[in-house]
Amino acid sequence: MIKFIFKGIIRDRSRFLFPVLTITFGVALSVLGYCYFSGVMTSWIQTSAKFESGHLKIMSRAYAEIADQVPNDLAFIGVKNLTADLKKDFPELIFVNRIRFGGLFDVPDENGETKAQGPVMGLAVDLLSEESPEREMLNLENAVVRGRLPEKHGEMLISDEFARRLNVQLGQSATLIGSTMYGNMATANFTVVGTLRFGIAAMDRGTMVADIADIQSALDMEDAAGEILVFFNDYVYRKEEAGIIADTFNAKYSDENDEFSPVMNSLSSQGGMADTMGMVDSMMGVMVFSFIAVMSIVLWNAGLVGSLRRYGEIGVRLAMGESKGHLYRSMITESLMIGAVGSIIGTALGLAFSYYLQVKGINIGSMMQNASMMINDVIRAKVTPFSFVIGFIPGLLATFLGTSISGIGIYKRQTSQLIKELEV
Amino acid sequence: MENSFLIKTKDLVKTYPVGHTTLFALNRVNLDFKPGEFAGLVGPSGSGKTTFLNIVGSLDSPSEGSVVVMGKKIEDLSHKQAAWLRNKNIGFIFQTFNLLPVYTVYENVEFPLLLLNLSPKERKEKVMKALEWVKLADRAKSKPAQLSGGESQRVAVARAIVKKPSIILADEPTANLDAENSFNILDTMEELNHELNTTFIFATHDEKVIKYLRRKITLVDGKVTKDEVYEQKNSKGDN
Repeated sequence: MIKFIFKGIIRDRSRFLFPVLTITFGVALSVLGYCYFSGVMTSWIQTSAKFESGHLKIMSRAYAEIADQVPNDLAFIGVKNLTADLKKDFPELIFVNRIRFGGLFDVPDENGETKAQGPVMGLAVDLLSEESPEREMLNLENAVVRGRLPEKHGEMLISDEFARRLNVQLGQSATLIGSTMYGNMATANFTVVGTLRFGIAAMDRGTMVADIADIQSALDMEDAAGEILVFFNDYVYRKEEAGIIADTFNAKYSDENDEFSPVMNSLSSQGGMADTMGMVDSMMGVMVFSFIAVMSIVLWNAGLVGSLRRYGEIGVRLAMGESKGHLYRSMITESLMIGAVGSIIGTALGLAFSYYLQVKGINIGSMMQNASMMINDVIRAKVTPFSFVIGFIPGLLATFLGTSISGIGIYKRQTSQLIKELEV
Repeated sequence: MENSFLIKTKDLVKTYPVGHTTLFALNRVNLDFKPGEFAGLVGPSGSGKTTFLNIVGSLDSPSEGSVVVMGKKIEDLSHKQAAWLRNKNIGFIFQTFNLLPVYTVYENVEFPLLLLNLSPKERKEKVMKALEWVKLADRAKSKPAQLSGGESQRVAVARAIVKKPSIILADEPTANLDAENSFNILDTMEELNHELNTTFIFATHDEKVIKYLRRKITLVDGKVTKDEVYEQKNSKGDN
């Protein structure tokens, strides 16, 4: 019977072509949408992790509560010992100390008078230690537009856009004016040895990157750090595993009654990350559901039109002794075959477009000029193993629903009525 | 005695609501048919011929009365049981042939056997035999669109007889055929009636068919007004 149905589908173009095109189109869009959202999510998670949140982040309880204000007065003191202990307890993880800070970037002229000034967002990382993973993790070598990376204390990098705006030349000295962790005014001179472009609008507007030892010295934060970022060895974020590690850490090190005790938060539980990730998951669900709903309605109508066109065939098959249930099931089998063909073609097309977007990407930098979101300007789709099957959900479900609904007419019609219509 | 009847109707009534009134398509019809009959229901349009075939063929159910086909009460059958009765015992031939256009002649004739779950070998034997009966074995691979009207109706006959049913119900089988093809089809059906002892019941007002009948039942306004039986064959032209 399957062979009989298959022959009918292959030979009857009107039975085959429109539904296959509909499913192919819908499935291709579903796959592309899924891959694109996956790419956005992955890019966002990776970028946020690298620059801001880590896969896990350790802060003091007080700092964590107002972390978006970068309250360095609530930073940890004694981070060397703490980090050493953590490396023993969690040898499979990577720990890096960071200080985020804000301040005024002052560029003097040849007489030492202010030539240009601008607010700067600072990132202090371990740039000079040989064992530091930061250069590679932040992809600093590739981000350098002009000049070089710092090689000794007192050297720093600034974002290229910022340098051009303030007309800063390489080798020029500039002053960071900020505040110490004890609330006093702090000033420190640095030599600009390179300019950077990360391709992240939020980082490229006005950022300086300096060695953490220099910033500890400048801001009176000896052996202190605002944040300890934690990464999995393979740099791939795993939500469940991160949650377990955070729970284990907090059980051992955190004390609810001590606001300076450390607390560890996973990437997805920091700030609005959990909400945003949940929103993206919901959007993907809504997208797939929408395709299922729209395609079901289209295929339902196509099924109704097809049923009307095939009234003669339905009548003859009933007259020859095929039961209504058998006929109904054979039409669903037929539609599932069509759905499978459309899903395969649609998935192939969707994957081809997704792969192209994975390689080429789409530059959304112009839309992110004022965004604070840590996301690359070039968004790339991401083809994952699930991308190969996601399209089959709307493809098969929509054909099944569409045919199931339109096929109910077979049960509602009087058999003799079907036969009468044969005589038309 | 009752068991010798293939079909027996008792006070068969079929009504349809028409506005505020009721139309009697069949009104207290009492008929019975024995195996091997070559009978026809004749009468003007609207006299109830097709309705009678639909009920006997278990495509419709009576409003009142009783219809027994092959020992089964039609009014008591579920959809599935009625389908099974049609599948095993009843073949249909229609005025408009109703071949499935996307399938070949062979596949059209094979379809009823697919429903019987026969093996491919059995199906092939039966289909080729049926096509030989209707002299279309050489057109097995043709599509219906490539056949003449007469050939199409012969395929429909092959499809009806391929499972060797006890009863064949033919509703105006010659209405779309010219005289020559009509006689060819009727000759074929008559031969099959003799060879297989299949009961043929026609609904017709075509004189060409009527001339072949060995039993002629006249229906007028849903009532049987005449039931004539001929000794051997109502030979052509001798009605």
